[in-house]
Amino acid sequence: MVDQSFVRTEIVPEKSAPLSEAGIVGWFKKNMFSDIPNTILTGVVLYIIFMVLGNILPWVFSPTWNSVSLTECRSILAEIGRDGHGNGGACWGVIRERWLQLMFGFYPSELYWRPVLSFLLLGVALAPVLFDRVSRKILFFTAVYPFICFWLIWGGSIWFPVSVFTGFIISYFGFVIGSKSAGSLAGVLAAMALPIIWWFVLLSPVNSALNSIIPLGSEAIDSDRLGGFMLAILIGVTGIALSLPIGILLALGRQSDLPILKGVCVCFIEFIRGVPLITLLFVASTLLNVFLPPGSNFDLILRVMIMVTLFASAYMAEVIRGGLAALPKGQYEAADSLGLDYWKAQRLIILPQALKISIPGIVSTFIGLFKDTTLVSIIGLLDPLGLSTNIRADMAWNGILWELYGFVALIFFIFCFSMSRYSMYLERKLATGH
Amino acid sequence: MANAKKQLEISDEVAIQITKMNKWFGSFHVLRDIDLTVQRGERIVVAGPSGSGKSTLIRCINALEEHQEGLITVDGTVLSSDLKNIDTIRSEVGMCFQHFNLFPHLTILENCMLAPIWVRKVPQKEALETAMHFLEKVKIPEQANKYPGQLSGGQQQRVAIARSLCMKPRIMLFDEPTSALDPEMIKEVLDTMVTLAEDGMTMIVVTHEMGFAREVANRVIFMDEGQIIEQNEPEAFFDNPQNERTKLFLSQILGH
Ligand SMILES: Nc1ncnc2c1ncn2[C@@H]1O[C@H](COP(=O)(O)OP(=O)(O)OP(=O)(O)O)[C@@H](O)[C@H]1O
Ligand SMILES: [Mg+2]
Repeated sequence: MVDQSFVRTEIVPEKSAPLSEAGIVGWFKKNMFSDIPNTILTGVVLYIIFMVLGNILPWVFSPTWNSVSLTECRSILAEIGRDGHGNGGACWGVIRERWLQLMFGFYPSELYWRPVLSFLLLGVALAPVLFDRVSRKILFFTAVYPFICFWLIWGGSIWFPVSVFTGFIISYFGFVIGSKSAGSLAGVLAAMALPIIWWFVLLSPVNSALNSIIPLGSEAIDSDRLGGFMLAILIGVTGIALSLPIGILLALGRQSDLPILKGVCVCFIEFIRGVPLITLLFVASTLLNVFLPPGSNFDLILRVMIMVTLFASAYMAEVIRGGLAALPKGQYEAADSLGLDYWKAQRLIILPQALKISIPGIVSTFIGLFKDTTLVSIIGLLDPLGLSTNIRADMAWNGILWELYGFVALIFFIFCFSMSRYSMYLERKLATGH
Repeated sequence: MANAKKQLEISDEVAIQITKMNKWFGSFHVLRDIDLTVQRGERIVVAGPSGSGKSTLIRCINALEEHQEGLITVDGTVLSSDLKNIDTIRSEVGMCFQHFNLFPHLTILENCMLAPIWVRKVPQKEALETAMHFLEKVKIPEQANKYPGQLSGGQQQRVAIARSLCMKPRIMLFDEPTSALDPEMIKEVLDTMVTLAEDGMTMIVVTHEMGFAREVANRVIFMDEGQIIEQNEPEAFFDNPQNERTKLFLSQILGH
C-alpha cells in the first residue's frame, strides 16, 4: 500500500496571480474571448454598437445650435454637405430657443428665480431625508418646505400658506392640551376637529383681515402659466412624498384584523388599480366639478396632484404589502413578546424591514409615477410633452420631432436614473449581512 | 451542571396559575383541560412528541395565542382579552424562540435596548448599561455592535436571552431554544440557561435536552395530544415513568 500520511513542514507563500488572471488582458480574455462562440458574439455586438453609434453621433453633432428655424437648419446642413434635416443632422436651434419654456412653461421669465429657488430649496429639504449624515435639525425645514414652495411658485398673499400651516400647529397643540386634560382620545379628536374649524371657518376672514392690515405678498401666478418640467416635478414630488405614507397606511389597513377597515382598504386599492390613470385624470379635470360646491375654484393642478397621489398610493400599498408578507412571523412574535404595542412594533421592527425589502418596488413606483406625469398633457396641462406639441405647432419649428422628444427623454432619464442609483445606494447602506 | 440545582430554593409564592384551560385552533382541540401551578423559582421542563401542544401551551402564557376557556393568572394578573393586562403580563414574562427572532436590522446592542427604552421608558444611558450587563452575563459583550446576521446560532440565541432579560422579567419561557443549533453550540446556550436558573429565575422550558431536564429542572411535564399526561421530579420521571405513553416517548428519545 502507498503511504498516504503527510505533514506540511513549510507554509506555501502567497504569490501574485498570473497576468492572464489579473490584468486588463486577463479580464478581456476571460470575459470576451474565452472560447469561439463567445468571441463571435463579442464581434457581432461590437459591430452593432459601431453601427448604431456611427449613425447617431453625426446626427447629434450637428452645427445647428444657433439656427432660428427649421429652414435655416436645412440650409446649414446642406452647406456642409449633409443630406438635410432628418438623416443629415439634428436641428438644435429649437432647444436653444425653447429650453426655458420646456423647463418653466409660460411662467413669467422675470420671475424664473422663484421656481429655481424652490427647486434648490427642495434639495435642502430632501437632504436630511435622503442622507442620514445630514443634520436632523433640517427636518424642521423639510416640514415647512411645502408651504414655502407653494408660496414661491404661485405667489400671492403670504398669509394664505402661513395660515394653512398654522392649522397644523393648532392641530398639534390641540392634541397636546386635549390629551393632557381629557385623555388621548380627546387629544386625537381635538387634533382633528380644531384645524378643520380653523381651515374652513376662520381661515378666510382671518386671512382677509391680515391682508388688509399687513399686505405682504408677491405677484400671484395663475396655474395655467405653470408648465414644463417644473409642472412635472411639482406633481411628481408631491405624489412621491404623499404616496409613500398613504401607501403604508393602506398596506397596514389591508393586513388589519378589523374587517371594515380591511374592506375599505381592499376596495380602494383594487378600484384604483383597476382603473387607468387617464380615467382618473379626466375625472379630476371634468367630473370632480360635479361633486364640488358650485362656484368653488379648486385648482386643476391640485386636483391632478390628488389623483396622481391616490393612484400611486394604491400601487405603493401593494408593493409594501409584499414586503410585509416577506417578514417571518417570528418578528411580529418577538416584538409582541417584548411588550411593544402595535404602532411601536410597526414603526421600530416591522416597517423598517418591510420597507427595506420593498425598496426596489417602491422606487419603481416612484419612477413610474414621475413618468406618468406626462399623461397630464391629455387633459390640457402643459407638461414637457404638451409643450413639445405646442412648439411643433410653431411655423418656424414645424417638422421637428426627435430633437424635442429626445431632449425631454434625456431630462426624464436623468431624474429616473438618479432615483434608481439612489435606491441602490440605499440598499447597500441598509445591508446588515443577513 | 450537576450541582446546580441542589441549593436552589422554590418559594411558596405562585408565579403562574393555569386552571381548566382549553384552546382550539378552529375546530381542532389543541389544549385540553390544562391545570398547572408554577411556584416562583421553579424550573419546569415540558417534553412531549411533536404536535402535542407544548409550544401552544407556553405561548398562551404570554398571550401570543389566546385561549378560549379557563383562566391563566400570571403574577396575580388575570389574562383576558383586555389589552391592558396583556401588556402587563408581557413585560413580566420573557420569551426565547427556537429561531431566535432577533431583529436583523438592529445591532445586538440596539436589539437589547429597544424594548426597555420604548416599553419601560428607561433612559438611554441606563438601558445601555443594562444591555451591556446582560450581554456580559451571556458572555458576548464584544459582539455588541455587530448585526445578528454576523453571529453564530449559539451567539444569536444568547443575545435573544439577553434581550429578554433586559426587560427584567420575573418569568422566562423557552420554546426549544437549542433545537435549531449545531451540537457544539447547544452547550453554550444551556450553560447560559443554567446560570439563569442559579439566579433564581422562574423558567418554563420546552426542550428535548433530557440532560438539561435531569440536571436543572425541578419538575418535568410530559404532554401528549394537548393534555398533561404526567409530571414528576426528574429522577422519578426518567427512572420510573408511570404512564404507557411516557414510557414509549422516553424509550424513543433516550433509546438511541
Ligand atoms: N396557528 C395554528 N393554526 C392551526 N393549527 C395550529 C397552529 N399552530 C399549531 N397548530 C397545531 O396545533 C398542534 C400543536 O402545535 P404545537 O406547535 O403546540 O406543537 P409542539 O408540541 O410545540 O410540537 P413541536 O415539538 O413540533 O414544536 C399541532 O398539531 C399543530 O399542527
Ligand atoms: Mg413547538
